[in-house]
Amino acid sequence: MDKPLLRVTHLSKSYGPRIGCADVSFDLWPGEVLAVVGESGSGKTTMLNAVSTRLEPTSGTVSYRMRDGAWRDVFAMSEAERRFLMRTDWGFVHQNPADGLRMTVSAGANVGERLMAVGDRHYGNIRASAIDWLGRVEIAEDRIDDQPRAFSGGMRQRLQIARNLVTRPRLIFMDEPTGGLDVSVQARLLDLLRGLVSDMGLAAIVVTHDLAVARLLSHRMMVMKDGRVIEHGLTDRVLDDPRAPYTQLLVSSILQV
Amino acid sequence: MTALAVSNLAKSFTMHLRGGIRLPVIENVSFTLEASECAVLAGPSGVGKSSILKMLYGNYAVDAGSIRIAHQGATIDLACASPREILAVRRDTLGYVSQFLRVVPRVAALDVVAEPLTARGTPNDEAGDRAAALLARLNLPERLWHLPPATFSGGEQQRVNIARGFITDHPVLLLDEPTASLDAANRAVVIDMIAEKKRQGVAMLGIFHDTDVRDAVADRLIDVTEFAPRQAA
Repeated sequence: MDKPLLRVTHLSKSYGPRIGCADVSFDLWPGEVLAVVGESGSGKTTMLNAVSTRLEPTSGTVSYRMRDGAWRDVFAMSEAERRFLMRTDWGFVHQNPADGLRMTVSAGANVGERLMAVGDRHYGNIRASAIDWLGRVEIAEDRIDDQPRAFSGGMRQRLQIARNLVTRPRLIFMDEPTGGLDVSVQARLLDLLRGLVSDMGLAAIVVTHDLAVARLLSHRMMVMKDGRVIEHGLTDRVLDDPRAPYTQLLVSSILQV
Repeated sequence: MTALAVSNLAKSFTMHLRGGIRLPVIENVSFTLEASECAVLAGPSGVGKSSILKMLYGNYAVDAGSIRIAHQGATIDLACASPREILAVRRDTLGYVSQFLRVVPRVAALDVVAEPLTARGTPNDEAGDRAAALLARLNLPERLWHLPPATFSGGEQQRVNIARGFITDHPVLLLDEPTASLDAANRAVVIDMIAEKKRQGVAMLGIFHDTDVRDAVADRLIDVTEFAPRQAA
């Protein structure tokens, strides 16, 4: 616990003359949840995609401490190594579950697929794991053979989370995990995520524009604007005593219920 | 033994949405807090008492000064500690009982209370038993224990909050009007619990507007009006 898990240094991504994100640096520690907030176009998703190797950054480095303790530059890995890392030790939860699920295979197969990718071949074990994980995300066992096409938005999102967590990753990336869900469905998902993150000691980077989600899930918060990090600190501190003009605007714009 | 030493602390707010005006809150805040005592921050509303507690707990950034706290055999300056250090100090050393409960959807009152223990590795059963004992002591009806506190009354929520704050053996506790919405019987329970913490060696810093409670728990008053910012000429 006394070493970071991920180290991002001076990460930038530009699209020609336009800045996606610029000069982002941070360390992420095991078990730590970092929220990245900012309005649409602030570069938070670009940053997430660059850190998670879904996008090639223009400059900067991303280093990850592997299970054997060795630090690796993730962009210096071979394509195969990187793919293996993303299937085993990392997870990525998309805002739209259809981007992270295979919509035309069963729920059980969606969960089991990641286990097979890491070499599990025993059908009984895979199915038992799938049932266990569906239960943890509160999907009834009798839905295991249904395709996610037949699921509601909230169920699809829970299935996507189960698919990502079945290999017991150490780091998970989430892009607006509660975006587009009803508030009641959102509350259930947040509670579930909160429990899983703390039980499994997961480190997570959560991109969200919802400050309440950030408050509930994260330890630390980064505020982005125009591709740059303009404020960074303990989540409570950023929300209770915002310093940057833009963060003050963001916090003061929350509607009280 | 000094549990907490605050020296020359200053705080102001810069309101960028209001043309960048600067609101000084307090300056030159200096005091120490010893084990086994309860010091009370005194002064009228708006003088900066809650701001001091929020700076100590890390919710407010500090403009100047230091907040040294004894944490696991070392001394940490909370005024410049990293978020990770602040979270570690909160987990093991520094507790905070606020006036208002931050309700998490779907989490039952009993689990809200037990969480500071489970977060430190106490088994769920044991943490649950201790949470139940505290809620019983604070006279929260048992039928409410397994419900999320969102729909509880102010006094009920406050008791959940107090139980959560008192369940650990943190050596330093910050109390922000913990008895504000309680009836006389429950105020007496809280006074008892504070006395018990003192006997266990806990250092406490509190805000109590209720003079009965203040007289019952305070070993010493810290006059916050002394830390009022000097007005610019």
